[in-house]
Amino acid sequence: MAELLRLETVTSGYGESVVVEDASLAVGEGEAIALLGRNGVGKTTLLMTVMGLTRLHRGAIRWRGGDVTRLESHARARAGIGWVPQERFMWKSLTVLEHLTCVARPGPWTVEKVNALFPRLAERAGHRGAQLSGGEQQMLAIARALVTNPGLLLLDEPMEGLAPIVVQELTQVLRGLAGAATMAMIVVEQHAELALALTQRAVVMERGRIVHDGPSAALLADRARLDQWLAVS
Amino acid sequence: MSALRGGRLIEVAFWLVPLAAFLLLPGYLMLGSQILIVALFALSLDLILGYAGIVSLGHAAFFGLGAYAAGLLAAKGWGEPLSGLLAGGVIAALAGFVASFLVVRGEDLARLMVTLGIGLLLYEAANRAAFLTGGVDGLSGVAMGKIFGVFAFDIGGKTAYLYSFAVLLLVFIFLKRLTSSPFGLSLRGIRENPARMPAIGSPVRARLVTAYTIGAAIAGIAGALLAQTTQFVGLDSLGFNRSAELLIMLVLGGTGRLYGAIVGAAVFMIAQDYLSGVNPVYWQFWLGLLLVVFVFFARGGILGAVEAAAKRLGRSSQERAR
Repeated sequence: MAELLRLETVTSGYGESVVVEDASLAVGEGEAIALLGRNGVGKTTLLMTVMGLTRLHRGAIRWRGGDVTRLESHARARAGIGWVPQERFMWKSLTVLEHLTCVARPGPWTVEKVNALFPRLAERAGHRGAQLSGGEQQMLAIARALVTNPGLLLLDEPMEGLAPIVVQELTQVLRGLAGAATMAMIVVEQHAELALALTQRAVVMERGRIVHDGPSAALLADRARLDQWLAVS
Repeated sequence: MSALRGGRLIEVAFWLVPLAAFLLLPGYLMLGSQILIVALFALSLDLILGYAGIVSLGHAAFFGLGAYAAGLLAAKGWGEPLSGLLAGGVIAALAGFVASFLVVRGEDLARLMVTLGIGLLLYEAANRAAFLTGGVDGLSGVAMGKIFGVFAFDIGGKTAYLYSFAVLLLVFIFLKRLTSSPFGLSLRGIRENPARMPAIGSPVRARLVTAYTIGAAIAGIAGALLAQTTQFVGLDSLGFNRSAELLIMLVLGGTGRLYGAIVGAAVFMIAQDYLSGVNPVYWQFWLGLLLVVFVFFARGGILGAVEAAAKRLGRSSQERAR
């Protein structure tokens, strides 16, 4: 498996404050990784560091072998890193279709293909971002990232605040994406068991540091460690 | 589909209004060409404010630059209108490109100050360079040639009106395509959430620089058009008043809609013409009142109010149908 992304002893945060410390991580092509940990341990900050949206204090970031540590955020996105942010950030004046055409780049993921993946988006093509339900907004956020045709998709709490039926629907979609292995994924998720079932590899963070990196299935089977790191009852 | 067809019909009807005015109101062609030119100028501000979210109180700087560029060319013997128009646009675009690096850096207040500063700087520079610009007396001796070597500018203002209308329509079509392209959509995204746009691949600064430069170019074309059709360039073409009035027109018509710029310019100029006729001293009082009423009772300007009324009508007719 060719290496796609490599973080080398990355220390990052906001301004002078440090949130992520000495994080090292390698992601291979088509690999699906669950990034787990309690609230506030630095998972979102780690994803934002990959996107170039935080202050990098130390370390290096490599993408397909090239150094992207100093690369601007938009250039990283254009290089093939797709981001589905926690807050989804819809544009209230743009329609669903405009959300997609605005960012679409050539590749296998076209507007038609994401509409087939999320038929509800096709039905609401003319609706504005702010008029969508939470679940539809999340579908649009994922679809918008997909039409940029990324090599790596970063998903930050994609199931947060969604109704169980929507979680089920999205889980199926993510399982399909992970199973196809045409693009790598890092999924930050509070529902650890759900994330572990979707991915091959699990990375756990505690107090800004990566404390575990191993197969998802093994962690899913190890109740004691799950409880220790994630306080799963 | 029928809504789309209805929208197209309204658009066609909208563009037939100035043509009807040409035929039915021959005595108002001078005012008509001024409205068309100011509408073009307002479109340029709509691109940078309504779409890209860059507030400006110095947009007249580019209008004036375009006016002086075309006016000076004609005064020095190059009276060919289309190349003069192009020259006005290019000069203003160059100035806009340079200024954009200062403008896009800051937030709203900083942008207001920087654009205001650029406007004042150019105004004073033009005032000082009286040997070139005519200073407070303005630039005269602007002698225009025929458009396409055929259509001469006439005293009645027919050629000026149709020329202004054609330029406005062409620029409008260009802007309509631009604002609905991925570039234009991303400008709206940047206006709403500039901090998150880079993470989905939009180079915010580059997009804003491009939008500002295009806006400046269009303002320059509008200025050049005014210089060519009036055959005079006054210092006021660069002045603060022109920038401030332009902002009022855009807010009045409705920002981020393109048509709002045209409607706002037309309503403002017709009101100005009428009110200054009724009361030459206090006419600005009524204009101010009109603006306050619109800001409080018609959010989104005239077109915003029309849109809201159409929605309400649509809803109530649907309810009646049930």
